[in-house]
Amino acid sequence: MHRFLSISSKSTFLRNRKQLHLPFTCPISCATPNGHSCFHYLNQKSASLGSRIGLHRLFSSGYFPNRFNLREHERDGNGFLRLKGLVGEVRSFSSEADRESIEYDVVIVGAGPAGLSAAIRFKQLCQEKNADFSVCVVEKGAEVGAHIISGNVFEPRALNELLPQWKQEEAPINVPVSSDKFWFLTKDRAISLPCPFNNKGNYVISLSQLVRWMGVKAEELGVEIYPGFAASEILYDAENKVIGIGTNDMGIAKDGSKKENFQRGVALKGRITLLAEGCRGSLSQKMMKKYKLRENVQAQHQTYALGIKEVWEIDENKHKPGAVLHTLGWPLDSKTYGGSFVYHMQDRQISIGLVVALNYHNPFLNPYEEFQKLKHHPSIRPLLEGGTVLQYGARTLNEGGFQSVPYPVFPGGAIIGCSAGFLNVPKIKGTHTAMKSGMLAAETTFGVLHEGSNMEAYWDALRDSWVWEELHKARNYRPAFEYGLFPGLAISALEHYVLKGKSPFTLKHGKPDHEATNVARLHSPIQYPKPDGILSFDVPTSLHRSNTNHDHDQPAHLRLRDPNIPANVNLPEYAGPESHYCPARVYEYVPDEKNHLKLQINAQNCLHCKACDIKDPKQNIEWTVPEGGGGPGYSVM
Amino acid sequence: MKIMVAVKRVVDYAVKIRVKPDKSGVETQNVKMSMNPFCEIALEEALRIKEAGLAKEVVAVSMGLANCVDTLRTSLAMGADRGIHVEAARELIPLTVAKILKKLVGVENPGLLILGKQAIDDDCNQTGQMIAGLLGWPQGTFASKVVLDKEKQVVTVDREVDGGLETLCLDLPAVITTDLRLNQPRYATLPNIMKAKSKPIKKYTPEELNVEIKSDLEVVQVTEPPKRKAGVILSSVDELIDKLRNEAHVI
Repeated sequence: MHRFLSISSKSTFLRNRKQLHLPFTCPISCATPNGHSCFHYLNQKSASLGSRIGLHRLFSSGYFPNRFNLREHERDGNGFLRLKGLVGEVRSFSSEADRESIEYDVVIVGAGPAGLSAAIRFKQLCQEKNADFSVCVVEKGAEVGAHIISGNVFEPRALNELLPQWKQEEAPINVPVSSDKFWFLTKDRAISLPCPFNNKGNYVISLSQLVRWMGVKAEELGVEIYPGFAASEILYDAENKVIGIGTNDMGIAKDGSKKENFQRGVALKGRITLLAEGCRGSLSQKMMKKYKLRENVQAQHQTYALGIKEVWEIDENKHKPGAVLHTLGWPLDSKTYGGSFVYHMQDRQISIGLVVALNYHNPFLNPYEEFQKLKHHPSIRPLLEGGTVLQYGARTLNEGGFQSVPYPVFPGGAIIGCSAGFLNVPKIKGTHTAMKSGMLAAETTFGVLHEGSNMEAYWDALRDSWVWEELHKARNYRPAFEYGLFPGLAISALEHYVLKGKSPFTLKHGKPDHEATNVARLHSPIQYPKPDGILSFDVPTSLHRSNTNHDHDQPAHLRLRDPNIPANVNLPEYAGPESHYCPARVYEYVPDEKNHLKLQINAQNCLHCKACDIKDPKQNIEWTVPEGGGGPGYSVM
Repeated sequence: MKIMVAVKRVVDYAVKIRVKPDKSGVETQNVKMSMNPFCEIALEEALRIKEAGLAKEVVAVSMGLANCVDTLRTSLAMGADRGIHVEAARELIPLTVAKILKKLVGVENPGLLILGKQAIDDDCNQTGQMIAGLLGWPQGTFASKVVLDKEKQVVTVDREVDGGLETLCLDLPAVITTDLRLNQPRYATLPNIMKAKSKPIKKYTPEELNVEIKSDLEVVQVTEPPKRKAGVILSSVDELIDKLRNEAHVI
């Protein structure tokens, strides 16, 4: 049961901020007292906050050096290390006098497939065992499903376990896969290849709609879901245990001052906190850094791809419900991993998109423009001619798989879903594994609250489950492409047809995505064709279709750790890659009064895809969460 | 004194709308809906008057299908005390809304009725004026400033008119419709949203209120505005006159 705490009495802050540099392998960063950028408070004069003025965030280096030199590194099931206590760091905890505090048993950040599966599973267990625990889900999108975007060919394995009656309960899963094609594209041709996927029993869906339905199911079970609230900081107690999250303050103007409708954020305290923010979740990233969750199990860094997608309504006679198409090759070159997809849903709607791995080398590469090019391919354009675009969106996804799964448990909670990273790359599916990870976390959480067991059991449960088995079998496909497109295809074929997942080796990922970008002088700018307004469009037109909006009078949520790096490094050395890869044109280099090019951040356009947080060469851009309720408004993505 | 605020559930302002293929209306399925922005401003004004101690209670009213309750819950979360939901199966035209409001005013007896100036889905700008006419109450529309004087029982309203600002003094009870620059609506905070779940929402049907739902209007067709054509540069005045007469048919 939750109860309202009245406004907590003024308590003393622990003010010490020391940054300790232990031997380089584990830099520790110390956050500000409430782990939240203090930009908001710059203009406040109140005494309790006065001492915050002038303090700055200390960030750790932001990337994990690739220390794993062993060629045959095998992830041993029982080889994880216990979490080490943080040495020497003095924590200050948040207990502002003016923030309301609400308590729940379980707090879940993110109403996506993982978060909602965890919530539903937890409430199911409560019903079974007649326990009465409260669950609260906060979601930064304006409504459940607003920030959900995915291909999606759905494998119902986890849903069958979670809600076996989904068909009778009218889940929006209606279109079974009817055909499965795989093409290799050249500029003019499409060469049919044997289809490596087995989509029998799977469905073509809109994940946004499925998540909406799951939200309804969760609320029926008594889960409290609050869309429009962004979890912006983690709350700790005196022993560094996570005790919940704090939501954003709302109503702060661009310069940091309070507007007339200023509302202080709320502290949502949970006995267990589950982070289900999706790929590259901002709080999850902080947790992994703080508790060294990757190092603890010798996991590699995560690798990512950027997916850009449109939903079209096409001519009736061209529409084949359940048709699934994947392509490789053009428009991407042999050094860039990625491919496109076309899925036929119902109501004459199709999903079409391009996924580009973010370890591409050419800083001039513009994934959005590559996608526009793709739509003009002679085998793709007939499908789209005569149709209209309904929605547009973009999101990064993880491709690290088995080698990159971090230890997902931290004191006081766990990371679930794509925030940890369970996507099965050769299957190109991550929804079912995300859902299952949420369900396993819910079961462990119930054990913790009901029987007093330990959250670390979640790690064991994951490794005993089909999620682990699947990821293990799939672990070599993506890393094989480090050697190039054709060697990658050859190794993948070997894995798929001969070794069938029983390979004795585990390939490693190459450099982290942001390190893979070459300097601009090794490449030349790419000339992209102008949009024709019928098949291809410019960014503002596409952006309008994403229903993206943020209150413009708020501080930019994209923070530069060092404001000089764009002008000193990104622009001269890399030709400003953020102005090329951002699918929302947030980053633009515009001449100032002295005609020098300066970085302009149009934060209002942001699609919350997190590509900049991943790909910035010096990891200088930090994506933080803006005021809740902003961002894209996906409904059929 | 009680204040009654009428709120409407409309397609969210940031959503890109499209017309249904059968041209019968705008696609509202699977589209984000929220409270009409002008209704939010109206509610915010009512809440400020209440917080200034000049009113005792704020009642929010909404009419339509069952999902109107979402909008009422948002109103309650912002600070309204009670909600009233009038169930109606169809789209209601402003005259019907005004007639229903008249009956509710008869039940609740508010001293002030505040509405948004228009809804962003139909842009009618009629309901406030109609209800004032039906009730015989003074009206201050397009309000950009509202000052209530409880002792004298009058409200001074600055109206945004084409010529500038007009200030009217209205005897209570009165109808006010709000314009954009009146205030900045507050956010509904999480604790308030939770508390709002327990605030009462009373349901009525039009039959109970003795209002007949009949529409004098029939929507024949909804189409997108024609795409803008490129401009044409002409070479002489004669050509201009020729085109104006023979192509545009305006002279």
